[in-house]
Amino acid sequence: MKPYLLVDFGSTYTKITAVDLEQDFIIGTSKATTTVNTNVLDGYDKAFERLLRNHPNILEEDISGFSACSSAAGGLKMAAIGLVEELTVEAAKRACLGAGAIVNLVFSHHMTKREIKTLKESDIDIILLAGGTDGGNSECILYNAKKLKEAKVSVPVIVAGNKDTNDEIDDIFENTKIEYYIVDNVMPQLKKLDVKAAKEVIRKIFIDKIIEAKGIKKAAEKLGEIIMPTPEAVLLAAELLSKGYEDIEGFGELMVIDIGGATTDIHTIGEGFPKRTEVIMKGLQEPFAKRTVEGDLGMRYSANALLSLVSDYEFRQYFDKDDKCNHNIAKSLKRRRENVDFIPATKDEEEFDKAIAKICCDVSISRHVGHVEVVHTPLGNMYYQTGKDLSDIKYVIGTGGVLINNADAKNILRSVNKKSNKKLELRPNNPAILIDRSYIMAAMGLLSQKYPKKALKLMKQYLL
Amino acid sequence: MKTIVIGVIGADVHAVGNKIIDYVLTENGYNVVNIGVLSSQEDFINAAIETDAKAILISSLYGHGEMDCRYMREQCEEAGLDNIKLYVGGNIVVGKQDFKEVEKRFKKMGFDRVYPPGVKIEKALDDLKEDIGS
Repeated sequence: MKPYLLVDFGSTYTKITAVDLEQDFIIGTSKATTTVNTNVLDGYDKAFERLLRNHPNILEEDISGFSACSSAAGGLKMAAIGLVEELTVEAAKRACLGAGAIVNLVFSHHMTKREIKTLKESDIDIILLAGGTDGGNSECILYNAKKLKEAKVSVPVIVAGNKDTNDEIDDIFENTKIEYYIVDNVMPQLKKLDVKAAKEVIRKIFIDKIIEAKGIKKAAEKLGEIIMPTPEAVLLAAELLSKGYEDIEGFGELMVIDIGGATTDIHTIGEGFPKRTEVIMKGLQEPFAKRTVEGDLGMRYSANALLSLVSDYEFRQYFDKDDKCNHNIAKSLKRRRENVDFIPATKDEEEFDKAIAKICCDVSISRHVGHVEVVHTPLGNMYYQTGKDLSDIKYVIGTGGVLINNADAKNILRSVNKKSNKKLELRPNNPAILIDRSYIMAAMGLLSQKYPKKALKLMKQYLL
Repeated sequence: MKTIVIGVIGADVHAVGNKIIDYVLTENGYNVVNIGVLSSQEDFINAAIETDAKAILISSLYGHGEMDCRYMREQCEEAGLDNIKLYVGGNIVVGKQDFKEVEKRFKKMGFDRVYPPGVKIEKALDDLKEDIGS
């Protein structure tokens, strides 16, 4: 046996997945509460002990290596700044999301004093500054760079805007204490998205700096580099599973959903191009591997926000038809918000949680998928498509604590399907639903960096 | 290199003229940002802001141009595009109308150059050179 350990320092739990590289199977998993506030290794050691206790066949000296990712201490928080909201601002946001970050702040056009103040007072980790196509508008990004300089921001700034301004931005930031990185423009031409360079530098800053700031440095010293934020690992796993590797075929277009306590993450892999000739694409180019995070859709921390998204009547439509309980929606939501560790104890409480999960799934899919709009032209009806057409997605995979521990997870995930009252949304058309029961998606994303073929094989075996 | 945004406005899908304009202006040294058919005023304006365009050339061939172009100048001003040149051409009004009248109406709407049906793109090219340089 040649065990390899994949470690995820999550916001709540530190999870270890042990994989045997010789016979390609998952030996076992274990978890313990994450301990970033004291010593992050305490939680890891506890999880490690548990793993050895439950799997005595793993010998410490046999372990051939580690890879680790982290979303502890609030994950990676970023601010995205651009010019036009639908264009460079959106491109900047997508770069952050694709790198596994949460976009806490978004600014467009000239930054005001108030916005600078909000930025300074926030606890974000990295700023991404964009604006203008190459050869296009340079005034706005220069203005905002100067504002960031005046404000003496203390977090790293990634500049990914109009390349014509690079020299001037060097002049602005040189001889200041601001740590800055100039990379390729996130939107070099109108509507063209290019987030690769920005994503790479985000990951580099994450490894070099953020890990230390979040108190996970000790773990990096023991286990080697914490190579990426956890959401990026999930996205990489999804991409591998979709594309396949060498002679092993992938699953094709797919979607991964993670409903959490505070957010709902959706990842889709696929071009999402229009399926018909009378459809014309609108808006910024879509990333092949797309991730969106909904900060107002979650099971606990964001429970209060749900009633501002769906009415009481609509909420009731999400209960099972045979559910006889007369739920007090506002009260039940409040209870979950005030007690985020709440675990349903009765059948009714379970049913209520299921309804919340369905809403999170349904609403976040509405926001993630593309939409069509009819245009009546003298040549007949034409359609605008904004976003990805995901109607041909073949697989939807549920991951994350809420879904994998729910016996009815497949039923919850069916709310991704096409709906009669949401006809203009390009939602999946009855895809197969798989659950990441052994909770290995992030671990497989990590494993794929060194052993893509093994990671792919394991995913095909363990996603049920 | 000067940037120009071109496209076909409204629910209009006529793509041929649009391709010709793109070709000729590119050949003549302009950086052409072509937003294509079925474009809204917002699409033209957003494109012009990000690319720092000096002129917007709007095509319309299906007769509804006058409605589609209404308040275009005001929208540009609202978006901070104060000095941008606005050109429009094609079959821009319903039916056969006296072009002098049509031109007057569009100029009043804030368009700098207005072209009747059948005009050669070379004419607009000369005007561009005069208005924004080459």
